[in-house]
Amino acid sequence: MSASDNHQPHQSGHDDHSPAGNHGSLKSYATGFVLAVVLTAIPFWLVIGKVFEKSGTTALVILLLAALQIVVHMVYFLHMNSKAEGGWSMLALIFTIMLVVIMLSGSIWVMYHLNHNMMPGMMPDAAHTMSEMRKMP
Amino acid sequence: MSVTSATIAPGVAQADPSARFYVREHHPENGTLLGFWLYLMSDCLVFACLFATYAVIGRNYAGGPSGAELFDLPLVALNTSLLLLSSITYGFSMLEMQRKRLRATLFWLGVTGLLGAGFIGLELYEFFHLIHEGAGPQRSGFLTAFFTLVGTHGLHVTFGIVWLGTLMFQLGRHGLTPENHRRMTCLSMFWHFLDVVWIGVFTFVYLMGVLP
Repeated sequence: MSASDNHQPHQSGHDDHSPAGNHGSLKSYATGFVLAVVLTAIPFWLVIGKVFEKSGTTALVILLLAALQIVVHMVYFLHMNSKAEGGWSMLALIFTIMLVVIMLSGSIWVMYHLNHNMMPGMMPDAAHTMSEMRKMP
Repeated sequence: MSVTSATIAPGVAQADPSARFYVREHHPENGTLLGFWLYLMSDCLVFACLFATYAVIGRNYAGGPSGAELFDLPLVALNTSLLLLSSITYGFSMLEMQRKRLRATLFWLGVTGLLGAGFIGLELYEFFHLIHEGAGPQRSGFLTAFFTLVGTHGLHVTFGIVWLGTLMFQLGRHGLTPENHRRMTCLSMFWHFLDVVWIGVFTFVYLMGVLP
């Protein structure tokens, strides 16, 4: 498939576009696949081979690699770009990412602090906290 | 502009300004693919909730086994490669469809379905193995969150395989019609989307789960 295919009206009445408006080529699928394999193999190797001393470093690196691989899949397999469906696909994606980030970071943040505040060491404060809470509407 | 819209839809152009917009856009899509994309985005939110749940209670072992004791990483690696391979074979199927080659399209769809079935088979094996070891979903908060998240993904893949089988039947029956073209594209988005979710699962649940 040539790149100019994007702009040619199809016989089937524009109905067969992926969200990006193009279908990709063998080359783009192959590129995406190779990148995906590499980005999958590295985190497995890092964890199984215990490459880093600190697990915090490993966690950070494999999360970054996962984010990178998601982008690779979006671009090469889902053919995502800003032009698809007049930009609405991208807009929906950005909105979803925003919600996901708020939900994930918010949940982790709130629940971590909840756990922290419920630590046994905090217990002497419990009565005080309870009376504070009763004042709340 | 007004001439164009008047020749195509004279009545509508005056009554409804949005009709004029579509005429000028020269792009009368029926929106199925955008709608399906929106469905996938809502599905993404479902998975985000399950990931958030796992993030919150994924280390609550209740004295039970932890991820480091339970997860079999080589098995997960095999599962991941099956799903990744099925993504590229679905891509081959889409490419063959563009070349209007029905038999090759069906062949690659079949390979994709088999790889997906292999993935589900390994996942079921893992689940039964865990339950047999007494690490079922009711053992601890960690295992509840694990089974819900991974199980929901597996359920999606299962339905993807059912859809794939239906589509193969439709393709065999009606050929590469525009309708089947559209269905193939929707399933393509669904299938690749599940692979994207799996990246999150193997990274966040399995790999980070075995980290000390």
